[in-house]
Amino acid sequence: MKTLRLLMHNKVGFAGFLGVLFFLFLAFVAPLFIPLDTETRVDQIYQLPSAEHILGTDFQGRDIFSLIVHGGRDVMVVAFLTGLISTTIAVILGSLSALLGGWVDSLIMAVTDVWLAIPQLPLLAVVATMIKLDSVVLTAVVLAALAWPSLTRAIRSQVLSLRQREYVQAAQLLDLGNRHIISSELLPNMMSYIAINLVFAMTGAVYSQVLLVFLGLVTLSNNWGVIINLAWTRGAIFSSMAFMNILAPVLALALFQLSLVSFTRSLEEIFNPRLRTSV
Amino acid sequence: MSTPIIELAGVSRTFEQRRKIVKAVDNVSFSVNEGDVICLVGESGCGKTTTGKMVSGLLRPSSGEVRYRGKDIWKMNKEEFREYRLAVQLIHQDPYASLNPAHTIYRILSAPLIHHKLVQDENHARERVRELMRTVEISPPDDFFDKYPHQLSGGQRQRISVARALTVNPSVIVADEAVSMVDVSIRISLLAMLTKLMRDLGVTFIFITHDLAVAKYFAWEGRIAVMYLGRMVELSRTPELINNPQHPYTNALLSAIPEADPRLTRTKERIQLRSPDVPSLLNLPPGCTFHTRCPLYEEGLCDVHVPQLQELEPGVDVACHVAARRHGISLVGETSNR
Repeated sequence: MKTLRLLMHNKVGFAGFLGVLFFLFLAFVAPLFIPLDTETRVDQIYQLPSAEHILGTDFQGRDIFSLIVHGGRDVMVVAFLTGLISTTIAVILGSLSALLGGWVDSLIMAVTDVWLAIPQLPLLAVVATMIKLDSVVLTAVVLAALAWPSLTRAIRSQVLSLRQREYVQAAQLLDLGNRHIISSELLPNMMSYIAINLVFAMTGAVYSQVLLVFLGLVTLSNNWGVIINLAWTRGAIFSSMAFMNILAPVLALALFQLSLVSFTRSLEEIFNPRLRTSV
Repeated sequence: MSTPIIELAGVSRTFEQRRKIVKAVDNVSFSVNEGDVICLVGESGCGKTTTGKMVSGLLRPSSGEVRYRGKDIWKMNKEEFREYRLAVQLIHQDPYASLNPAHTIYRILSAPLIHHKLVQDENHARERVRELMRTVEISPPDDFFDKYPHQLSGGQRQRISVARALTVNPSVIVADEAVSMVDVSIRISLLAMLTKLMRDLGVTFIFITHDLAVAKYFAWEGRIAVMYLGRMVELSRTPELINNPQHPYTNALLSAIPEADPRLTRTKERIQLRSPDVPSLLNLPPGCTFHTRCPLYEEGLCDVHVPQLQELEPGVDVACHVAARRHGISLVGETSNR
């Protein structure tokens, strides 16, 4: 109840929250009621939005709205998994690096530096040729494996700065143990930071996976990226009538991203008691 | 005489700064008996906070020993160190940084109680937290349970800080400028509260402050140790130190205390220092580090030989060549030129 009130407090954040809810509903619930249109109708190619097809039709006369509805699930699952995996890796490695210091710190930082120096997209392309990226989980794992280093560095510097705080010293003096210091003194003060970075990792994952799908490196069956890819390969860019075919998935992506980013505003307030008091 | 509860023997601490060695604390020795109070006084950068951190085990001395009940804390076994760890608590200077902003007051105070199984259950914890808050004179306790630190005033936060240190029933409290950051109007009540704790709970206090007036108030029955650039220059019983300061630096500090009575202030004798500037810790003067500013400076003596702390009268230890000579004691010869 309190959390809900906090959510509503920031208007931009709440709008983002509603947007995220809307897209979740669109991707996970709506497909149960709206069948995937697989029929080819040569007489209805590239139609503009109408009462029958609210987002128009694609190059083979399929209803774009049904494609959008069915194409969101994989995008979101991959985004969420990628965000979760990469953030978890970053939090664990970053904290270990900062707390243990010494050679552990040097080793982890050396690895992240090397990792950061590798150009990601060509590497993704190479990885995609070696591993057949046809499952959602595998795609998420590969994307996460590339996304963790920058966040690891950020978490490390956060922990390094928090560790010097006097309340952490006080916890040491009171002999509350490392587990308490990490879980009760450090993490709560990083939660808003972590949550926001989780969301940003998700938005990053959305773009990189759509890019992969668009380039044809990942072969997911139905995906907003696939819609763009097909529209592209089938020459939609040469037909002025075909703009809905490209615009619809791009808009869906952009609005989903916008919702996520706006939502972080609310997250900030939920996790930071100092911002919270005005409620 | 029983073993002192805290004893520092020849403790030094150096820091490395841009390849240069900074001697923050240089060969400091003192001991405190259970229930006693000692005030470390000095201007900023004199090493009092570093000393406090070494007493509370947050910093390891570069050389020398910090002993708790006769045992070097860095050579203790796990069990002994645990006992020491809880027995010696530190109260930080900044009440705004020393409380975790993400926790409620109840959580801050109950965490150590629950972690160390000092309470049996939730109800007992609440009762104990209430009791602690009453000890530090925060009332009504229940109103503060769900508050966050930023909702409290500086004085209240500092009281919570003290209460948190008390959760583990410490025998020694190191108060590092504990009243410096709070408003003057609140300072006296905070001091009175700490004095009451000292009397009622028999806690040994090591009180660090830059303010001799505060030290005088707080440690009238104890001792004051005056530090200057990492060294202890005078360690005496408070009444002696205030009424009859031996070291010229102590004297200068005392003469700088403003008096509430303007007539007193006007007629008060101000010690004229030879230089108002404190030398850099990176480049300490040879001999007595105070000689560049000292009105009693004697060439060939003070800038050559480092004076060691020496008992001149019972309960009055001073590190000054000139003051020692007045008592017929020579500090030269015992120490080498550094």
